[in-house]
Amino acid sequence: MKILVCMSNVPDTTTKVRFTDGNTRLDAAGIQWIINPWDELALTRALELKDAGAISAVEVINVGPALTEATLRKALAIGADKAWRIDAETADGYQVAQLLAQWLKDQAFDILLAGVESSDYNSSGVGIMLAALAGIPSVSNVSGLSIEGGQVILKREIEGGQQQLKAHGPFLAVVQKGIALEPRIPSMRGIMTARTKPLEVVPAHPVAARTAYQAFSLPQPKGSCRMVDPEQPDELFRLLHEEARVI
Amino acid sequence: MSNILYLAEHREGSFRKPALELASYAHALARQTGGQAIALVLGKVGADQLSRLGSYGTQHILHAAEGSFDPMDNGIWSTAVAEAAIKVSARLVVFSASLQGRAIAPAVAVRLEAGLVAGVNGLPSSMQPLTVERKVYSGKALATVVVHTEKAVMTLSPNTFGLKESSGDAVAEVWTVPTLPSLSFEVLETSRSEGKLLLSEADVVVSAGRGMKGHEHWKPVEDLATVLGAATACSRPVSDEGWRPHGEHVGQTGKIIAPNLYFALGISGAVQHIAGVSSSKVIVAVNKDPEAPIFGAADYGILGDVHTVVPALVEAAKRFKENS
Ligand SMILES: Cc1cc2nc3c(=O)[nH]c(=O)nc-3n(C[C@H](O)[C@H](O)[C@H](O)COP(=O)(O)OP(=O)(O)OC[C@H]3O[C@@H](n4cnc5c(N)ncnc54)[C@H](O)[C@@H]3O)c2cc1C
Ligand SMILES: Nc1ncnc2c1ncn2[C@@H]1O[C@H](COP(=O)(O)O)[C@@H](O)[C@H]1O
Repeated sequence: MKILVCMSNVPDTTTKVRFTDGNTRLDAAGIQWIINPWDELALTRALELKDAGAISAVEVINVGPALTEATLRKALAIGADKAWRIDAETADGYQVAQLLAQWLKDQAFDILLAGVESSDYNSSGVGIMLAALAGIPSVSNVSGLSIEGGQVILKREIEGGQQQLKAHGPFLAVVQKGIALEPRIPSMRGIMTARTKPLEVVPAHPVAARTAYQAFSLPQPKGSCRMVDPEQPDELFRLLHEEARVI
Repeated sequence: MSNILYLAEHREGSFRKPALELASYAHALARQTGGQAIALVLGKVGADQLSRLGSYGTQHILHAAEGSFDPMDNGIWSTAVAEAAIKVSARLVVFSASLQGRAIAPAVAVRLEAGLVAGVNGLPSSMQPLTVERKVYSGKALATVVVHTEKAVMTLSPNTFGLKESSGDAVAEVWTVPTLPSLSFEVLETSRSEGKLLLSEADVVVSAGRGMKGHEHWKPVEDLATVLGAATACSRPVSDEGWRPHGEHVGQTGKIIAPNLYFALGISGAVQHIAGVSSSKVIVAVNKDPEAPIFGAADYGILGDVHTVVPALVEAAKRFKENS
């Protein structure tokens, strides 16, 4: 069985975001790019399954410009067998999903993994759109993936509970918290061997975006925090009731 | 005249706040387009519950009572919504940004060849072309998104629009989805924690962090939640340590919530934590470090030791409840 991990390339989560060109574009100056945290956990789980002998190969793919190759190399260093980059600057998740779906036609993967959202645009769409376009079943909110005796068992979160599912045939899972505990970090040897692993660049067919980001803004800064005397706890509830009107 | 279709989620036959908020939102959208707000209800729901949707401005309900809608299956649910959207000629299809809504909205968008905007936080500023605002970069910025397609699919961030009652009756139509696919996955086991207030539905959330020092100190946190009718939550290290269940973890890599009132007890306020709670209307922080970043995100703060302040808050909350 082969696993494909869809990876997005996002600014480090502690980045202070700023915009340029009349607030239409992220100011990329000084930004450190990372593998989207969910995708890093998905990759970690895929490699754990490979170590356990249940999976023959783990490949990663990103739709993006050459800039994203640093994170693809990192995925190879962590342990992925092969990386793909579909060479495109995309405007929305639909475009990404469509490019992935076209590419997928000539591939054979048993399990596709995507994260619940990219920590940049948080659009929570690419995974499910890809599955819908490719015509394969999808399952969301997946917090566990195991393979026992060739059987693929998934754990997913439902409103107020959990469910165990069994997959029959290829599928796409949108993964979230729980899929792996700590992201795997590259070893020295991994970094050395990553240089010789394949990173294949694929040209993109033109696809039109369906949405566009017109402008960005920063949220209104919060007013200052009003301090309440720890000796006067009743005062807090008075304020919450009379001033904030939330209780 | 463009109709708005929304998916009215229910829990065991009753509509919760997110569904009623979405009904309010769909009604407001319908007033902008001059069309109708139409609800799609999947699974068994009684007439008294269905009529509640009318009091939030819903004019028409498509009720697909029969069909295997439990468990939620991406294939079955997205087919049902897409078929309903075609049936009622919906220009806009809206969902709550809930577990289900987020799971199926993208598939519905593909089926309808519609643009998708996830996690909108209010009404569109323009309907033609559809232009609407949403949060990006984990809440650190806002973006204005324009949809190029005629139809659009949106998910609404919880607790951003609010409940808006309006008088009216909804006409419920029993409907059978023409071509439902079969279940995509075999269900082996389902476990639900019955009756518990869900984090995603709670108006008040009491959350605590590593400052509590250990799971054995959680009693006052739970007591405060009980007195206030709140759900409990925690920071990531707390669930990683196993002090609290994983379902309570909020933040960028946990649940993203937007209650009216959020208590952060012994939580430092790291950006990844704030990413999950910054949409709360009011944040109260208790911390012993005056430099803790949480005070920068909070509306009210108490500088002090959680081990003495939280029990005092429990007593004060009891007094408040008795007098109100
Ligand atoms: C990719 C990534 C994703 C992450 N996602 C999340 C996430 O989703 N959610 C999340 O929460 N974190 C997340 N984190 C972790 C985050 O960076 C912080 O490490 C974490 O939020 C800290 O938790 P804490 O505030 O409980 O603990 P600490 O940082 O240890 O803070 C404890 C606080 O309690 C105070 N305190 C201590 N003792 C007392 C006392 N007796 N009385 C009063 N106050 C006291 C201290 O002053 C301190 O401010 C993520 C990190 C990364 C790198
Ligand atoms: N440009 C991209 N290339 C490959 N996969 C992506 C890309 N963007 C998003 N994804 C995948 O889709 C998931 C959800 O992203 P999003 O829909 O952008 O919130 C991510 O966690 C990735 O798994």
